Amino acid sequence: MSDENLFELKAVAKRFKKGKETISIFDDLNMTIKRGDFLAIMGPSGSGKTTLLNLLGGVDQPTGGEISFDGARIDGLSEGELAKWRANNIGFIFQFYNLMPMLNAAKNVELPLLLTSLSSKQRQQRVDTALQLVGLADRAKHMPSEMSGGQLQRVAIARAVVSDPKLLLCDEPTGDLDRQTADEILEMLQLLNREFGKTIIMVTHDPAAARYASHTLHLDKGQFVDKEDDDVLQEKSA
Amino acid sequence: MKDLYLVYKNLTRKKLRLFLTSFAIFIAFLIFAAVTALQGALNSGVEMSADNRLVVFNKINFTQPLPYAYINKVSGVDGVKNVTFANWFGGYYQEPANQVVTMAVDPDSYFEVYSELVVTPEQKANWLQNQAGVMVGERLANVNNWQIGDRIPVSSNIFSNKDGGQTWDLVVEGIFTANDPQVDTGYMVFHYKYFMETQSWGGDYVGWIVLTTDDPALNEQVAKAIDENFANSQAETDTSTEKAFNKAFIEQIGNIGLIIFGVVFMAFFTILVLVGNTMVLAIRERTGEIAVLKTLGFSSPRIFRMILTESCLLAFLGGLLGLGAAYLVVGGLSQMMARFLPNLVLGPDIVLQALGYMLLLGLITGIAPAYRALRLNIITAFARG
Repeated sequence: MSDENLFELKAVAKRFKKGKETISIFDDLNMTIKRGDFLAIMGPSGSGKTTLLNLLGGVDQPTGGEISFDGARIDGLSEGELAKWRANNIGFIFQFYNLMPMLNAAKNVELPLLLTSLSSKQRQQRVDTALQLVGLADRAKHMPSEMSGGQLQRVAIARAVVSDPKLLLCDEPTGDLDRQTADEILEMLQLLNREFGKTIIMVTHDPAAARYASHTLHLDKGQFVDKEDDDVLQEKSA
Repeated sequence: MKDLYLVYKNLTRKKLRLFLTSFAIFIAFLIFAAVTALQGALNSGVEMSADNRLVVFNKINFTQPLPYAYINKVSGVDGVKNVTFANWFGGYYQEPANQVVTMAVDPDSYFEVYSELVVTPEQKANWLQNQAGVMVGERLANVNNWQIGDRIPVSSNIFSNKDGGQTWDLVVEGIFTANDPQVDTGYMVFHYKYFMETQSWGGDYVGWIVLTTDDPALNEQVAKAIDENFANSQAETDTSTEKAFNKAFIEQIGNIGLIIFGVVFMAFFTILVLVGNTMVLAIRERTGEIAVLKTLGFSSPRIFRMILTESCLLAFLGGLLGLGAAYLVVGGLSQMMARFLPNLVLGPDIVLQALGYMLLLGLITGIAPAYRALRLNIITAFARG
């Protein structure tokens, strides 16, 4: 595995049983994701986008093949080992933000840091920095119910980056936002990719969102059917 | 410690539910602690009974007397160490409502058989010398503010004296204490001989005989020998350990243990179902949040522990408040009923028992939702939305 590759998938298969029937999502999926990439994954419903994201995020395990992250296999890890791996390496951004409703913005951002050995003061410093990064330093004490969708997603981004993970996995991060807010969020992701070197993998239905990525992969029926660069996509979108 | 804040926020996120659930637990532990304290007070006589002390009563029932001559015969039974006897007086002080437990006893042997009672040699000597002297238990003396040397008129609602009155003038010659605070000192004893000489009914009998054996292992053998000795006589005897007698006496007003078990069991079962159901619903509502925590890297065992901690905190919150309320209730009742239930206290044994039940309640009600969270699959949880 090349040093510049962060992820490498070899002959990955994912099947599950539904009654007596075995449904195959992927049969022989191969891909590599380079460090510092901002990759958009598009495709119709049922194409396997979310399953792929789950496999990359270590919340699901393949039924065959190999997945390597930073040179180490993750497909054989136990549930506990995967949890630790996720905490150390991945930041998640969800479509519906998935913030804890009983915690204020700062406490939500602090959640991943509870899995580290940082002191309370160190955690507070990191939370402050993350909230400043997303422009919500003045909303630290606000509850999720007191914030707009765009602000909630920015809190979610702060939560995703607060532990300084190598990879951000975004599942339809703008799916619940208006165009202007979506653009703000996508610009923020672009900033995290370009200025802070975060590798970002984003699943989206929105071609306009995919424009912000440096690469786009199209999935259909468990296979990458097309690989287009940003410029081609922009042309198509236009 | 880091998770405690999360646990606390989850516990307090729905204030009304928290209030109602902890109030139910509060009631359960209030009932438990108060009723257990009451049981302890009723059973304190049983608990404090000496292992080697036997009581001999008339077989008809304990209100019927025994011939005085039985005392010597009982003393001669193999295995008997000390023997004393007593007669019920049925006393009150100043007015009938002010009952004072009074017994006419043999002054020479009474404190030998009841060795847990403590009296100074000087006071005992004074009492032995004064026929009209009375030894008053410390608690009774405190309640009535009696001091050594006080002359106290004690009336009987059973006996009359030879003057036609029902009042005996007794002089406090000593105040006895006990070597254990649980031992009742809420009564007084005076000379049997003086009582028999001054009361109008006459007779040559005693109310009951109390004896100690050389060894508790001999109790059964001694009791059998005594009862066989007086079989087919005009006053057959029924000899039992003091503990058994006290227990049977208490059970005359009902099987307290069974009643308490029933009440506590019903209360706890109801609370268990209620709290268990609340916890299951609360965790079910949080399925998505648990999936998010797992996605962020919180391990399943950690989430399992957090939910168990939450259910235990809920149990301890309501339980400790209930225990505190019971402490106040029992404290108040204890002062009001000091004359009848001297040992009505919420002791450390009840507190420990209650703490144990709180932990048990927390674990039982939390285990099912915690296990569900432990097994929760992230993908399935997100798919449910």
